[in-house]
Amino acid sequence: MREPLRFDDLILKEVGGLLVPFLQMFGVYVIFHGHLSPGGGFSGGTVAGISMILFSLVFGLGPGLRKVSHDATRIMESSGTLWYGLVGLVGVLRGASFLMNRGAGIPLGTPGRLFSGGLILLITVGVGIKVASAIISLYYLIVED
Amino acid sequence: MITLFGVGCLVFLVVCALVVARTRDLLAATVVFAAYSLVMALVWQQLQSPDVAITEAALGAGITSLLFLLAIGRTRRTEDEEG
Amino acid sequence: MRRFFALLLVMGVAWLMVLAVAEMPTYGQPNPTHNAVMERYLTRGPEETGAVNVVAGILADYRAYDTLIETTVLFAAVAAALLALGEGRHRGGAT
Repeated sequence: MREPLRFDDLILKEVGGLLVPFLQMFGVYVIFHGHLSPGGGFSGGTVAGISMILFSLVFGLGPGLRKVSHDATRIMESSGTLWYGLVGLVGVLRGASFLMNRGAGIPLGTPGRLFSGGLILLITVGVGIKVASAIISLYYLIVED
Repeated sequence: MITLFGVGCLVFLVVCALVVARTRDLLAATVVFAAYSLVMALVWQQLQSPDVAITEAALGAGITSLLFLLAIGRTRRTEDEEG
Repeated sequence: MRRFFALLLVMGVAWLMVLAVAEMPTYGQPNPTHNAVMERYLTRGPEETGAVNVVAGILADYRAYDTLIETTVLFAAVAAALLALGEGRHRGGAT
């Protein structure tokens, strides 16, 4: 397999290696604090996906594929969408309507705490995983030959 | 509400949009479009919608530009004269 | 003659658009009409959804169906792109 985009630059590698963990941490933070602070599944998932794209831009496609493979992106993408539907079924199982949160009697917790808001956190995490893997797989799709 | 900063942002947006529409160099158009997205994120922030601002900055300036750049790398850099 | 009609058509459409823009609220001002739903969300959102961020409460609780379909649309788009451009080379994870 040929490496379509590869920059052998010391500065790029050092800065990229420093930046990637912080980007991933920020993405996870934005996803998990979606119901507390600005952001949510879409923006946090985008940031998390961008970190992986930066990694495979700087260090080459091969190491990037070793971190997140094609199978991993496909499984994450499908299971993110499926997870959303399954979370929605919680309301049905408790005798209320689909995707219902408070009406289904799910404890909401104290507003402002991390684990509050009932199903919102679960939904946001599913959407974040789905968006991140969608972006990574689109990048793989375009950059590969 | 309308500040000098807001007016400057909006004027910059209009200029960027015209440049993106008029230029033949697709690489330049992509870069100007990234700048457009970044200033658009500032405008969203001015309109007190930080959620949209974060998404615009990440998606518009990051992912869209990256995908455009990759697509340009796979095709040509300039637009056809008749196109 | 054709040009004249084309110009007339364009000017008519432009006039309609200017009318529509003139109906819009002032830049940056809150919309003076259609405020009932917004006020319900803003005042009772944290209590009804448990989310301090009202936008997340709307997206993932009040309008959870929209977000579900949005996620499905994204999934369908990526799946279609993989199908159309992948040409089966991603099968089995080997490249």
